[in-house]
Amino acid sequence: MQKIPITVEVNGRKASREVEPRLLLVHFLREALGLTGTKIGCDTSQCGSCTVHLDGMAVKSCTVLAVQANGSQVTTIEGLGNGELHPMQQAFWDNHGLQCGYCTPGMIMTATKLLEENPNPSDEEIRDGLEGNLCRCTGYENIVKAIRAAAETARGGS
Amino acid sequence: MYPEAFSYHAPSTVEEALALLERHGDDAKLLAGGHSLLPAMKLRLSGPTHIIDMKHLRGSLDYIRDEGDDVAIGALTTHRSLERSELLRGKLPVLAETAGCIGDMQVRNLGTLGGSVAHADPAGDLPAAVLALDAVLVAQGSGGTRTIAAGEFFHGFFETALEAGEILIELRIPTLAAGSGSSYQKFFHPASGYAVCGAAAVITPDASGNVASCRVALTGVSEGAYRATAVEEALVGKPFSEELAAAAAEHAADGIEPLEDYFADATYRGHLAKTFVKRALLTAWERSG
Ligand SMILES: Cc1cc2nc3c(=O)[nH]c(=O)nc-3n(C[C@H](O)[C@H](O)[C@H](O)COP(=O)(O)OP(=O)(O)OC[C@H]3O[C@@H](n4cnc5c(N)ncnc54)[C@H](O)[C@@H]3O)c2cc1C
Repeated sequence: MQKIPITVEVNGRKASREVEPRLLLVHFLREALGLTGTKIGCDTSQCGSCTVHLDGMAVKSCTVLAVQANGSQVTTIEGLGNGELHPMQQAFWDNHGLQCGYCTPGMIMTATKLLEENPNPSDEEIRDGLEGNLCRCTGYENIVKAIRAAAETARGGS
Repeated sequence: MYPEAFSYHAPSTVEEALALLERHGDDAKLLAGGHSLLPAMKLRLSGPTHIIDMKHLRGSLDYIRDEGDDVAIGALTTHRSLERSELLRGKLPVLAETAGCIGDMQVRNLGTLGGSVAHADPAGDLPAAVLALDAVLVAQGSGGTRTIAAGEFFHGFFETALEAGEILIELRIPTLAAGSGSSYQKFFHPASGYAVCGAAAVITPDASGNVASCRVALTGVSEGAYRATAVEEALVGKPFSEELAAAAAEHAADGIEPLEDYFADATYRGHLAKTFVKRALLTAWERSG
């Protein structure tokens, strides 16, 4: 069986491992590196709970091979805040943007990219941006509210 | 879920990729954005034993260039880049519009134009736009490059004019005639988000409000994306009106046996084809001038 040495910079730290080519990035993160904040929901590229940032883009890590990420930078939910909660995490907390919490890491990873591109989104733009992230509990209301609140905080509002 | 085991190659030039394709033949698959191939491999619908990852070819095959009469787009350009390109929004807005309808942000960040076109999913969006824009596809093989007209590229269910051993490297899209309007109208599958039916239209009016030329293409309806030539013929040379568009749209599925699945039977799909062609025509006309 072919094993390939890869080095991926995950949350600012270089991680080198030998991996099977078929290993998915999400399994590399969860199993090789123990970063279990990234979730596996549907496994069919639909639900977005495995969303991480790959070289600055939100991607579904169940649909990327670990070898494809060789030489890249990955940020997971664990690396988002600097020892404290990232403002988006805080906004989800404050606005009760979760119930079971399973989709939350993926929601937050997508939402942070959403605001980077559009710092002042309408509710509709937020919902559009979350197309690739499914939540089975909240009905999305408080998720949208949390993202709106995070956007306000980032723009210097209350 | 994970794919069957395979050997991984990440060539640094198109020539190296072609050599690998030649060496491994049917056992090999090119990997672009991976957003059709990897899901199929995870479901074990596809089990290549060699994967040729084109990630190092992005430097040479990821671009959108204005070349005067044509816009040249590298095969590895992502849906997201198409969607956000100012050049396309200005010159070929229907391509940006179509790319923006694909999947979700995460999918668009990785999926590529070349992958979408080469994969030829009957429910894929971009093939319709590529047909309506009359693109020319550039394929490279061990013997050099050749061009294929979009109208000759799509051969039905996941089948294209690409030969084994060829790589799609570029799409060349003629700039639209002045005053043209275009539109892509999609009926999203409520669960998968793919096109149950998607209609792309490009219309050019003449000075007196007649349709000077027009191209209409559909996806989702048949085994592959197709040009609805009967719709086009019903419009050209006539003064545009809503009634004319509606009458022309009646021909959207002429000669086609619409696909059937648990979500949409053939009658319903045929009906959607007419409805969405009409919408695409009306919107394209509204944007023209
Ligand atoms: C959740 C989800 C939702 C989606 N929704 C939609 C949607 O709404 N509409 C839609 O159109 N698509 C949708 N897609 C598919 C997506 O657009 C894919 O990105 C696209 O179909 C394939 O492009 P890719 O770059 O990912 O190709 P890959 O998956 O890497 O490759 C697909 C096939 O094309 C071949 N190939 C790739 N590039 C080339 C090339 N340059 N030359 C020759 N052969 C090549 C590969 O060998 C493979 O057989 C969705 C995908 C997912 C996961």
